[in-house]
Amino acid sequence: MKTVNEMRLDFRSRPENEALARMVISAFMMPVNPTLEQLGDVKTAVSEAVTNAIVHGYRDRKGLVRMRAWLQEDGELLIEVCDKGCGIENVAQARQPFFTTMEGSERSGMGFTVMESFMDSVDVVSQVDNGTIVRMRKRLTPALCLMRDA
Amino acid sequence: MLNYEKRDGTVYVRLDGELDHRRAGEIRAELDGLIADPSVKRLVFDLNGLEFMDSSGIGMMIGRYKLMKNRGGSVAVMPGGRRVERIMELSGLYEIIEKMA
Ligand SMILES: Nc1ncnc2c1ncn2[C@@H]1O[C@H](COP(=O)(O)OP(=O)(O)OP(=O)(O)O)[C@@H](O)[C@H]1O
Ligand SMILES: [Mg+2]
Repeated sequence: MKTVNEMRLDFRSRPENEALARMVISAFMMPVNPTLEQLGDVKTAVSEAVTNAIVHGYRDRKGLVRMRAWLQEDGELLIEVCDKGCGIENVAQARQPFFTTMEGSERSGMGFTVMESFMDSVDVVSQVDNGTIVRMRKRLTPALCLMRDA
Repeated sequence: MLNYEKRDGTVYVRLDGELDHRRAGEIRAELDGLIADPSVKRLVFDLNGLEFMDSSGIGMMIGRYKLMKNRGGSVAVMPGGRRVERIMELSGLYEIIEKMA
C-alpha cells in the first residue's frame, strides 16, 4: 500500500515527553480529519507505549525513544514506538491484562490491554538488553486531499 | 497543583487536564500529604474535568485505594467522560472502588 505521509520523532526518555508524543501524533493525524474518537484512541495508545519505553525500557534512565508514523493511501495509520532499553523477557506474558513487573510503583498492568482495545492491531518485537518495538495500526477514513503525491 | 476540598473527613479531588504518568506522580505526591491527616476517612475522585487519562491514572487510584483501605477509610469515584470511563471499565476498577451516581 502506498504511503502518503510519514514522520519520525526522537526524544529523551523524560515524562514530559509523553505529552509531546501525544501532541505530535495528533497533529500528524489532523490532515485526514479523524473523529474525536479516533484521535482519543490513538493518543491513548501512544501514551501507553511511550510511557512503557520510559518507565520500563529505560527504567527512568537517560535514553532515546523514537516514534515513527506512516499514513497510507487507504487511510491506514501505522505507528512504531521504539526504545533501546532493557527489553521484555516474555512478551506473551507481558501482554496479559494486569501483568506488571512494577507492582510497587503503582502500575496496573493495563497498558498493553489498552493499546489492544483502542487500536486495530498491536505487534511487539522485543529482545532482552536490546530494546522493544511496539507497532500499532488503526484504520482512519482516507482523505482525498492527501491522496495526491507531494 | 491539585484542585481539592476537605469537608467532614472527606477529601474531594477534582481531576482535570491530562492524567498521564507524569501527572500521576505529581498528584500522588500532593494527595498523600493531604490524606496523611488521620481525620481523613474518605477520598472522592471527581473525573468529570479530565480530558485525557491512560493506565497511569488507574495505578494512581488503586494506590490511593490501598492506602485508604489500610486505615479503614474508603475511596469513591465520580465518573468522567466516555473515553475515561472506557479505561475505568476495562481495568475493572469499579469492582473494588465505589462508583458514585
Ligand atoms: N518498552 C518496554 N521495555 C521493557 N519492558 C516493557 C516495555 N513495555 C512493557 N514492558 C513490560 O511489560 C509489562 C506490561 O506492560 P503494561 O503496559 O501492560 O503494564 P504496566 O506498564 O506494568 O502497567 P500500566 O501500563 O497499567 O501502568 C510491564 O510491567 C513491563 O514489564
Ligand atoms: Mg504500561
